[in-house]
Amino acid sequence: MTPLAKLLEAALFASARPIASDELSVLDPEASRAQLQSALDELREHYDVEGHGVELVEIGGGWQILTRAEYTEAIERAQLAARPARLSGAALETLAIIAYRQPISRAEIEEIRGVAVGGMLKSLHERGLIDVVGRAEGLGRPLLYGTTPVFLEHFALRHLEELPRAEELAIALRVQRPEPEGEPAPVVVNAEASE
Amino acid sequence: MGELTSGPPITAAYAPPEGLSPESSFVVELSAFSGPLDLLLLLIREEQVDIYDIPIARICEQFVARIRTLGLNEAAEYLEMAARLLRIKAQMLLPRSDEEAWEDPRAELVRRLLEYQQMREVVDLLEHRGEERRNQFARAYLPQAPAPPQAPLALSLGELFAAVDRVLRGARKPNIHEVVARAIDIPGAITVIRSVLALKARILWTEIVERSAEPWQILSTLLGVLELAKTGEVRVKQIRPFANVEISRDAASEAA
Repeated sequence: MTPLAKLLEAALFASARPIASDELSVLDPEASRAQLQSALDELREHYDVEGHGVELVEIGGGWQILTRAEYTEAIERAQLAARPARLSGAALETLAIIAYRQPISRAEIEEIRGVAVGGMLKSLHERGLIDVVGRAEGLGRPLLYGTTPVFLEHFALRHLEELPRAEELAIALRVQRPEPEGEPAPVVVNAEASE
Repeated sequence: MGELTSGPPITAAYAPPEGLSPESSFVVELSAFSGPLDLLLLLIREEQVDIYDIPIARICEQFVARIRTLGLNEAAEYLEMAARLLRIKAQMLLPRSDEEAWEDPRAELVRRLLEYQQMREVVDLLEHRGEERRNQFARAYLPQAPAPPQAPLALSLGELFAAVDRVLRGARKPNIHEVVARAIDIPGAITVIRSVLALKARILWTEIVERSAEPWQILSTLLGVLELAKTGEVRVKQIRPFANVEISRDAASEAA
Protein backbone atom coordinates (compact mmCIF):
# COMPACT_ATOMS: atom_id res chain seq x y z
CA MET A 1 0.00 0.00 0.00
CA THR A 2 1.06 3.57 -0.60
CA PRO A 3 1.88 5.70 2.45
CA LEU A 4 -1.22 7.82 1.81
CA ALA A 5 -3.48 4.74 1.79
CA LYS A 6 -1.90 3.64 5.08
CA LEU A 7 -2.48 7.07 6.59
CA LEU A 8 -6.13 6.98 5.55
CA GLU A 9 -6.49 3.49 6.94
CA ALA A 10 -5.11 4.62 10.29
CA ALA A 11 -7.39 7.64 10.37
CA LEU A 12 -10.45 5.56 9.44
CA PHE A 13 -9.53 3.05 12.12
CA ALA A 14 -9.27 5.78 14.75
CA SER A 15 -12.55 7.49 13.89
CA ALA A 16 -15.92 6.33 15.13
CA ARG A 17 -17.70 8.48 12.52
CA PRO A 18 -17.41 8.47 8.76
CA ILE A 19 -14.63 10.80 7.70
CA ALA A 20 -15.75 13.41 5.19
CA SER A 21 -13.54 14.06 2.17
CA ASP A 22 -12.56 17.54 3.35
CA GLU A 23 -11.48 16.00 6.65
CA LEU A 24 -9.34 13.55 4.70
CA SER A 25 -7.50 16.38 3.02
CA VAL A 26 -6.65 17.81 6.46
CA LEU A 27 -4.80 14.58 7.18
CA ASP A 28 -2.38 15.27 4.38
CA PRO A 29 -2.55 18.82 3.03
CA GLU A 30 -0.04 17.92 0.36
CA ALA A 31 -2.29 15.32 -1.21
CA SER A 32 -4.58 16.35 -4.03
CA ARG A 33 -8.20 15.33 -4.20
CA ALA A 34 -7.39 12.84 -6.92
CA GLN A 35 -4.58 11.33 -4.87
CA LEU A 36 -6.88 10.94 -1.88
CA GLN A 37 -9.50 9.31 -4.06
CA SER A 38 -7.02 6.86 -5.53
CA ALA A 39 -5.72 6.09 -2.04
CA LEU A 40 -9.29 5.35 -0.93
CA ASP A 41 -9.77 3.12 -3.98
CA GLU A 42 -6.52 1.38 -3.17
CA LEU A 43 -7.61 0.78 0.40
CA ARG A 44 -11.01 -0.51 -0.67
CA GLU A 45 -9.43 -2.85 -3.17
CA HIS A 46 -6.95 -3.98 -0.58
CA TYR A 47 -9.82 -5.06 1.68
CA ASP A 48 -11.88 -6.60 -1.11
CA VAL A 49 -9.19 -8.40 -3.07
CA GLU A 50 -7.18 -9.75 -0.19
CA GLY A 51 -10.36 -10.76 1.58
CA HIS A 52 -10.55 -8.83 4.82
CA GLY A 53 -13.23 -9.03 7.49
CA VAL A 54 -13.87 -5.32 7.07
CA GLU A 55 -14.68 -3.19 4.07
CA LEU A 56 -14.40 0.45 3.14
CA VAL A 57 -17.83 2.00 2.63
CA GLU A 58 -18.86 5.41 1.37
CA ILE A 59 -21.58 6.48 3.75
CA GLY A 60 -23.15 9.53 5.38
CA GLY A 61 -21.18 12.00 3.30
CA GLY A 62 -17.86 10.34 4.08
CA TRP A 63 -15.91 7.12 4.36
CA GLN A 64 -16.01 4.48 7.04
CA ILE A 65 -14.57 1.06 7.73
CA LEU A 66 -17.35 -1.40 8.52
CA THR A 67 -17.34 -5.07 9.40
CA ARG A 68 -18.70 -7.37 6.76
CA ALA A 69 -22.29 -8.46 7.30
CA GLU A 70 -21.41 -12.16 7.38
CA TYR A 71 -19.65 -11.75 10.74
CA THR A 72 -22.41 -9.75 12.44
CA GLU A 73 -24.09 -12.69 14.08
CA ALA A 74 -20.91 -14.10 15.56
CA ILE A 75 -19.84 -10.69 16.88
CA GLU A 76 -23.24 -10.11 18.42
CA ARG A 77 -23.37 -13.59 19.90
CA ALA A 78 -20.06 -12.92 21.60
CA GLN A 79 -21.57 -9.67 22.89
CA LEU A 80 -18.71 -7.64 21.52
CA ALA A 81 -21.10 -5.25 19.84
CA ALA A 82 -24.86 -4.95 19.57
CA ARG A 83 -26.91 -3.97 16.57
CA PRO A 84 -28.90 -0.81 17.15
CA ALA A 85 -32.62 -1.23 17.67
CA ARG A 86 -34.76 -1.28 14.55
CA LEU A 87 -36.79 1.83 13.94
CA SER A 88 -40.54 1.39 14.13
CA GLY A 89 -42.75 1.76 11.07
CA ALA A 90 -44.08 5.02 12.44
CA ALA A 91 -40.53 6.32 12.90
CA LEU A 92 -39.62 5.33 9.34
CA GLU A 93 -42.72 7.03 7.96
CA THR A 94 -41.87 10.23 9.76
CA LEU A 95 -38.26 10.07 8.59
CA ALA A 96 -39.31 9.38 5.01
CA ILE A 97 -41.52 12.46 4.98
CA ILE A 98 -38.82 14.64 6.51
CA ALA A 99 -36.17 13.31 4.11
CA TYR A 100 -38.25 14.23 1.08
CA ARG A 101 -39.91 17.41 2.24
CA GLN A 102 -37.28 19.03 4.40
CA PRO A 103 -37.40 21.61 5.80
CA ILE A 104 -40.84 20.65 7.04
CA SER A 105 -43.01 21.58 10.00
CA ARG A 106 -44.70 19.20 12.37
CA ALA A 107 -48.16 20.13 11.08
CA GLU A 108 -47.16 19.26 7.51
CA ILE A 109 -45.84 15.86 8.60
CA GLU A 110 -49.05 15.19 10.49
CA GLU A 111 -51.06 16.16 7.44
CA ILE A 112 -49.31 13.48 5.40
CA ARG A 113 -49.21 10.77 8.04
CA GLY A 114 -52.69 11.42 9.38
CA VAL A 115 -51.55 11.02 12.98
CA ALA A 116 -49.90 13.18 15.62
CA VAL A 117 -46.09 13.05 15.50
CA GLY A 118 -44.99 15.28 18.38
CA GLY A 119 -43.54 12.47 20.49
CA MET A 120 -42.03 10.82 17.46
CA LEU A 121 -40.18 13.98 16.47
CA LYS A 122 -38.80 14.23 19.97
CA SER A 123 -37.42 10.71 19.98
CA LEU A 124 -36.00 11.02 16.45
CA HIS A 125 -34.32 14.21 17.54
CA GLU A 126 -32.92 12.49 20.62
CA ARG A 127 -31.48 9.77 18.40
CA GLY A 128 -29.82 12.45 16.33
CA LEU A 129 -31.61 11.44 13.13
CA ILE A 130 -33.32 14.78 12.66
CA ASP A 131 -32.63 18.31 13.75
CA VAL A 132 -34.34 21.65 13.83
CA VAL A 133 -33.14 23.50 10.75
CA GLY A 134 -35.12 26.70 11.05
CA ARG A 135 -38.49 28.29 11.50
CA ALA A 136 -41.26 28.76 8.99
CA GLU A 137 -42.39 32.26 8.12
CA GLY A 138 -46.06 31.51 8.71
CA LEU A 139 -48.33 31.85 11.69
CA GLY A 140 -46.64 30.91 14.96
CA ARG A 141 -43.32 30.49 13.14
CA PRO A 142 -43.30 26.69 13.59
CA LEU A 143 -40.01 24.81 13.84
CA LEU A 144 -38.79 23.18 10.67
CA TYR A 145 -37.11 19.80 10.72
CA GLY A 146 -34.51 18.22 8.51
CA THR A 147 -32.40 15.06 8.47
CA THR A 148 -28.85 14.87 9.83
CA PRO A 149 -25.67 13.06 8.73
CA VAL A 150 -26.56 10.39 11.31
CA PHE A 151 -29.70 9.74 9.26
CA LEU A 152 -27.58 9.06 6.16
CA GLU A 153 -25.30 6.85 8.18
CA HIS A 154 -28.20 4.93 9.66
CA PHE A 155 -29.56 4.08 6.22
CA ALA A 156 -26.20 3.57 4.53
CA LEU A 157 -26.76 6.52 2.24
CA ARG A 158 -23.90 8.49 0.78
CA HIS A 159 -26.01 11.61 0.48
CA LEU A 160 -29.69 12.57 0.26
CA GLU A 161 -29.60 12.54 -3.54
CA GLU A 162 -29.15 8.80 -3.33
CA LEU A 163 -32.80 8.45 -2.37
CA PRO A 164 -34.94 7.95 -5.46
CA ARG A 165 -36.40 11.17 -6.74
CA ALA A 166 -40.09 11.55 -6.00
CA GLU A 167 -41.02 11.11 -9.66
CA GLU A 168 -39.05 7.86 -9.81
CA LEU A 169 -41.26 6.22 -7.21
CA ALA A 170 -43.89 3.76 -8.37
CA ILE A 171 -46.58 6.23 -7.46
CA ALA A 172 -45.44 9.55 -8.77
CA LEU A 173 -47.37 12.13 -6.89
CA ARG A 174 -49.12 14.62 -9.09
CA VAL A 175 -48.66 18.02 -7.65
CA GLN A 176 -51.68 19.16 -9.62
CA ARG A 177 -54.83 17.26 -9.01
CA PRO A 178 -55.90 15.14 -11.97
CA GLU A 179 -58.25 17.20 -14.06
CA PRO A 180 -61.77 15.73 -14.07
CA GLU A 181 -62.14 16.12 -17.83
CA GLY A 182 -58.58 14.83 -18.43
CA GLU A 183 -59.72 11.28 -17.63
CA PRO A 184 -56.67 10.16 -15.65
CA ALA A 185 -55.32 6.72 -16.14
CA PRO A 186 -56.59 4.64 -13.25
CA VAL A 187 -53.85 3.92 -10.77
CA VAL A 188 -54.29 0.87 -8.63
CA VAL A 189 -52.48 1.36 -5.39
CA ASN A 190 -50.88 -2.05 -5.24
CA ALA A 191 -49.06 -1.51 -8.52
CA GLU A 192 -45.69 -3.11 -7.81
CA ALA A 193 -43.44 -1.12 -10.05
CA SER A 194 -43.55 1.83 -12.34
CA GLU A 195 -42.77 1.50 -15.98
CA MET B 1 -77.37 11.39 9.11
CA GLY B 2 -79.64 8.36 8.83
CA GLU B 3 -81.66 10.01 6.09
CA LEU B 4 -78.60 10.54 3.99
CA THR B 5 -77.43 6.97 4.11
CA SER B 6 -78.84 4.96 1.35
CA GLY B 7 -77.36 1.53 1.05
CA PRO B 8 -75.42 -0.07 3.88
CA PRO B 9 -76.48 1.04 7.35
CA ILE B 10 -73.36 2.83 8.41
CA THR B 11 -75.02 4.48 11.36
CA ALA B 12 -75.73 1.05 12.78
CA ALA B 13 -72.14 -0.09 12.32
CA TYR B 14 -70.99 3.10 13.94
CA ALA B 15 -72.66 2.38 17.25
CA PRO B 16 -71.60 4.26 20.37
CA PRO B 17 -68.94 2.60 22.53
CA GLU B 18 -71.39 0.97 24.93
CA GLY B 19 -72.12 -1.53 22.18
CA LEU B 20 -68.59 -2.85 22.54
CA SER B 21 -67.60 -5.82 24.58
CA PRO B 22 -65.60 -4.70 27.61
CA GLU B 23 -62.36 -6.35 26.58
CA SER B 24 -62.30 -4.50 23.28
CA SER B 25 -62.66 -1.12 24.90
CA PHE B 26 -58.97 -0.29 24.80
CA VAL B 27 -57.27 -3.00 22.84
CA VAL B 28 -55.45 -0.86 20.34
CA GLU B 29 -53.54 -2.93 17.84
CA LEU B 30 -51.57 -0.01 16.60
CA SER B 31 -48.73 -2.20 15.47
CA ALA B 32 -50.90 -3.44 12.61
CA PHE B 33 -51.46 0.01 11.17
CA SER B 34 -49.44 3.12 11.46
CA GLY B 35 -52.45 5.36 10.93
CA PRO B 36 -55.88 5.74 9.38
CA LEU B 37 -54.42 6.31 5.90
CA ASP B 38 -52.55 3.03 6.20
CA LEU B 39 -55.76 1.18 7.05
CA LEU B 40 -57.62 2.95 4.27
CA LEU B 41 -54.98 1.97 1.71
CA LEU B 42 -55.17 -1.64 2.85
CA LEU B 43 -58.92 -1.65 2.34
CA ILE B 44 -58.59 -0.10 -1.10
CA ARG B 45 -56.04 -2.76 -1.97
CA GLU B 46 -58.21 -5.55 -0.60
CA GLU B 47 -61.27 -4.33 -2.44
CA GLN B 48 -59.21 -3.92 -5.62
CA VAL B 49 -60.70 -0.56 -6.41
CA ASP B 50 -59.43 2.33 -8.49
CA ILE B 51 -58.00 4.93 -6.19
CA TYR B 52 -59.36 7.74 -8.41
CA ASP B 53 -62.86 6.33 -8.16
CA ILE B 54 -63.19 5.05 -4.61
CA PRO B 55 -66.61 3.63 -3.84
CA ILE B 56 -66.87 5.71 -0.69
CA ALA B 57 -69.92 3.95 0.75
CA ARG B 58 -68.28 0.53 0.56
CA ILE B 59 -64.88 1.66 1.79
CA CYS B 60 -66.40 3.74 4.56
CA GLU B 61 -68.46 0.82 5.77
CA GLN B 62 -65.39 -1.42 5.73
CA PHE B 63 -63.32 1.19 7.52
CA VAL B 64 -65.82 1.61 10.33
CA ALA B 65 -66.26 -2.14 10.65
CA ARG B 66 -62.49 -2.63 10.78
CA ILE B 67 -61.83 -0.04 13.44
CA ARG B 68 -64.56 -1.68 15.51
CA THR B 69 -63.09 -5.16 15.26
CA LEU B 70 -59.60 -3.85 15.92
CA GLY B 71 -60.76 -1.73 18.80
CA LEU B 72 -59.20 1.24 17.12
CA ASN B 73 -62.25 3.40 17.61
CA GLU B 74 -60.70 4.80 20.74
CA ALA B 75 -58.01 6.44 18.70
CA ALA B 76 -58.97 9.93 17.67
CA GLU B 77 -57.23 9.81 14.30
CA TYR B 78 -59.25 6.82 13.15
CA LEU B 79 -62.47 8.40 14.34
CA GLU B 80 -61.58 11.55 12.49
CA MET B 81 -61.02 9.60 9.30
CA ALA B 82 -64.33 7.77 9.77
CA ALA B 83 -66.06 11.13 10.13
CA ARG B 84 -64.28 12.43 7.05
CA LEU B 85 -65.41 9.43 5.03
CA LEU B 86 -68.99 9.88 6.18
CA ARG B 87 -68.83 13.52 5.20
CA ILE B 88 -67.51 12.69 1.75
CA LYS B 89 -70.24 10.12 1.36
CA ALA B 90 -72.86 12.68 2.31
CA GLN B 91 -71.42 15.16 -0.17
CA MET B 92 -71.51 12.54 -2.90
CA LEU B 93 -75.19 11.96 -2.23
CA LEU B 94 -76.15 15.62 -2.50
CA PRO B 95 -77.79 16.42 -5.81
CA ARG B 96 -75.40 18.12 -8.24
CA SER B 97 -77.10 21.22 -9.53
CA ASP B 98 -74.19 22.34 -11.62
CA GLU B 99 -72.28 19.47 -13.18
CA GLU B 100 -69.57 21.81 -14.47
CA ALA B 101 -68.67 23.37 -11.16
CA TRP B 102 -68.95 20.11 -9.25
CA GLU B 103 -65.76 19.13 -7.55
CA ASP B 104 -65.25 15.54 -6.54
CA PRO B 105 -65.32 15.56 -2.73
CA ARG B 106 -62.94 12.60 -2.79
CA ALA B 107 -60.20 14.51 -4.57
CA GLU B 108 -58.48 15.71 -1.40
CA LEU B 109 -58.59 12.23 0.11
CA VAL B 110 -57.17 10.73 -3.08
CA ARG B 111 -54.34 13.24 -3.04
CA ARG B 112 -53.54 12.38 0.56
CA LEU B 113 -53.70 8.65 -0.09
CA LEU B 114 -51.33 8.91 -3.03
CA GLU B 115 -48.97 11.06 -1.03
CA TYR B 116 -49.09 8.55 1.78
CA GLN B 117 -48.54 5.65 -0.59
CA GLN B 118 -45.53 7.39 -2.05
CA MET B 119 -44.12 7.86 1.42
CA ARG B 120 -44.68 4.16 2.17
CA GLU B 121 -42.50 3.33 -0.79
CA VAL B 122 -39.72 5.41 0.67
CA VAL B 123 -40.27 3.64 3.99
CA ASP B 124 -39.72 0.29 2.31
CA LEU B 125 -36.51 1.57 0.83
CA LEU B 126 -35.28 3.03 4.11
CA GLU B 127 -36.19 -0.14 5.94
CA HIS B 128 -34.17 -2.19 3.50
CA ARG B 129 -31.16 0.10 3.64
CA GLY B 130 -31.36 0.44 7.41
CA GLU B 131 -31.46 -3.33 7.84
CA GLU B 132 -28.36 -3.71 5.67
CA ARG B 133 -26.51 -1.10 7.66
CA ARG B 134 -27.59 -2.67 10.94
CA ASN B 135 -25.68 -5.76 9.96
CA GLN B 136 -22.39 -3.98 9.81
CA PHE B 137 -20.47 -2.65 12.74
CA ALA B 138 -18.37 0.43 12.58
CA ARG B 139 -15.14 0.87 14.43
CA ALA B 140 -15.73 1.85 18.05
CA TYR B 141 -19.41 1.22 17.72
CA LEU B 142 -21.16 2.19 20.90
CA PRO B 143 -24.78 1.27 21.58
CA GLN B 144 -25.28 4.61 23.26
CA ALA B 145 -23.19 7.64 22.68
CA PRO B 146 -21.41 8.22 25.99
CA ALA B 147 -21.67 11.59 27.63
CA PRO B 148 -18.70 13.70 26.59
CA PRO B 149 -16.08 13.63 29.33
CA GLN B 150 -16.07 16.60 31.63
CA ALA B 151 -13.40 19.03 30.58
CA PRO B 152 -11.05 19.85 33.43
CA LEU B 153 -12.06 23.05 35.13
CA ALA B 154 -9.80 25.86 34.05
CA LEU B 155 -10.53 28.50 36.64
CA SER B 156 -8.36 30.85 38.62
CA LEU B 157 -9.12 31.88 42.16
CA GLY B 158 -9.64 35.44 40.99
CA GLU B 159 -12.27 34.31 38.49
CA LEU B 160 -14.02 32.34 41.20
CA PHE B 161 -14.12 35.37 43.48
CA ALA B 162 -15.35 37.52 40.64
CA ALA B 163 -18.13 35.02 40.00
CA VAL B 164 -19.08 34.94 43.67
CA ASP B 165 -19.09 38.69 43.71
CA ARG B 166 -21.36 38.78 40.64
CA VAL B 167 -23.76 36.33 42.22
CA LEU B 168 -23.85 38.19 45.50
CA ARG B 169 -24.38 41.52 43.79
CA GLY B 170 -27.22 40.12 41.79
CA ALA B 171 -28.78 38.40 44.76
CA ARG B 172 -31.67 40.04 46.51
CA LYS B 173 -30.63 41.53 49.80
CA PRO B 174 -31.74 39.05 52.46
CA ASN B 175 -34.28 40.18 55.02
CA ILE B 176 -32.21 40.46 58.14
CA HIS B 177 -34.05 40.84 61.40
CA GLU B 178 -32.33 42.48 64.27
CA VAL B 179 -32.17 40.02 67.13
CA VAL B 180 -31.60 41.46 70.54
CA ALA B 181 -29.10 39.35 72.31
CA ARG B 182 -30.36 38.11 75.64
CA ALA B 183 -27.34 36.44 76.99
CA ILE B 184 -28.09 33.27 78.75
CA ASP B 185 -25.69 33.34 81.63
CA ILE B 186 -25.08 29.74 82.65
CA PRO B 187 -21.82 30.29 84.61
CA GLY B 188 -23.56 33.04 86.55
CA ALA B 189 -26.48 30.78 87.35
CA ILE B 190 -24.10 28.00 88.42
CA THR B 191 -22.36 30.39 90.78
CA VAL B 192 -25.69 31.36 92.34
CA ILE B 193 -26.79 27.71 92.72
CA ARG B 194 -23.45 26.72 94.21
CA SER B 195 -23.49 29.54 96.71
CA VAL B 196 -27.06 28.76 97.80
CA LEU B 197 -26.20 25.06 98.08
CA ALA B 198 -23.17 25.99 100.19
CA LEU B 199 -25.60 27.34 102.76
CA LYS B 200 -28.32 24.71 102.45
CA ALA B 201 -27.92 21.05 101.46
CA ARG B 202 -31.33 21.00 99.78
CA ILE B 203 -33.13 23.75 97.97
CA LEU B 204 -36.29 23.96 95.90
CA TRP B 205 -36.54 25.34 92.39
CA THR B 206 -38.86 28.07 93.53
CA GLU B 207 -36.24 29.22 96.01
CA ILE B 208 -33.62 29.98 93.38
CA VAL B 209 -35.92 31.35 90.71
CA GLU B 210 -37.71 34.48 91.62
CA ARG B 211 -41.32 34.88 90.73
CA SER B 212 -40.53 37.97 88.70
CA ALA B 213 -37.63 36.34 86.88
CA GLU B 214 -37.21 37.02 83.14
CA PRO B 215 -37.33 34.06 80.78
CA TRP B 216 -33.59 34.30 80.19
CA GLN B 217 -32.96 34.09 83.91
CA ILE B 218 -35.21 31.06 84.26
CA LEU B 219 -33.47 29.42 81.30
CA SER B 220 -30.04 30.21 82.70
CA THR B 221 -30.92 28.68 86.00
CA LEU B 222 -32.45 25.62 84.39
CA LEU B 223 -29.40 25.06 82.22
CA GLY B 224 -27.15 25.68 85.19
CA VAL B 225 -28.99 23.06 87.23
CA LEU B 226 -28.83 20.57 84.40
CA GLU B 227 -25.15 21.27 83.93
CA LEU B 228 -24.40 20.64 87.57
CA ALA B 229 -26.55 17.52 87.52
CA LYS B 230 -24.59 16.29 84.54
CA THR B 231 -21.28 16.75 86.23
CA GLY B 232 -22.72 15.02 89.30
CA GLU B 233 -22.34 18.00 91.55
CA VAL B 234 -26.03 18.06 92.41
CA ARG B 235 -28.95 15.70 92.40
CA VAL B 236 -32.23 16.78 90.92
CA LYS B 237 -35.46 15.21 92.01
CA GLN B 238 -39.02 15.81 90.95
CA ILE B 239 -41.64 13.60 92.54
CA ARG B 240 -44.18 13.97 89.73
CA PRO B 241 -44.49 16.01 86.58
CA PHE B 242 -44.78 19.73 87.14
CA ALA B 243 -44.05 19.35 90.82
CA ASN B 244 -41.44 21.54 92.45
CA VAL B 245 -37.91 20.43 91.75
CA GLU B 246 -35.66 19.58 94.62
CA ILE B 247 -31.98 20.24 94.17
CA SER B 248 -29.53 18.74 96.62
CA ARG B 249 -25.82 18.44 96.99
CA ASP B 250 -24.61 15.10 95.76
CA ALA B 251 -23.27 13.19 98.71
CA ALA B 252 -20.72 11.24 96.66
CA SER B 253 -19.21 14.22 94.91
CA GLU B 254 -19.14 16.06 98.18
CA ALA B 255 -17.15 13.24 99.70
CA ALA B 256 -14.77 13.34 96.77
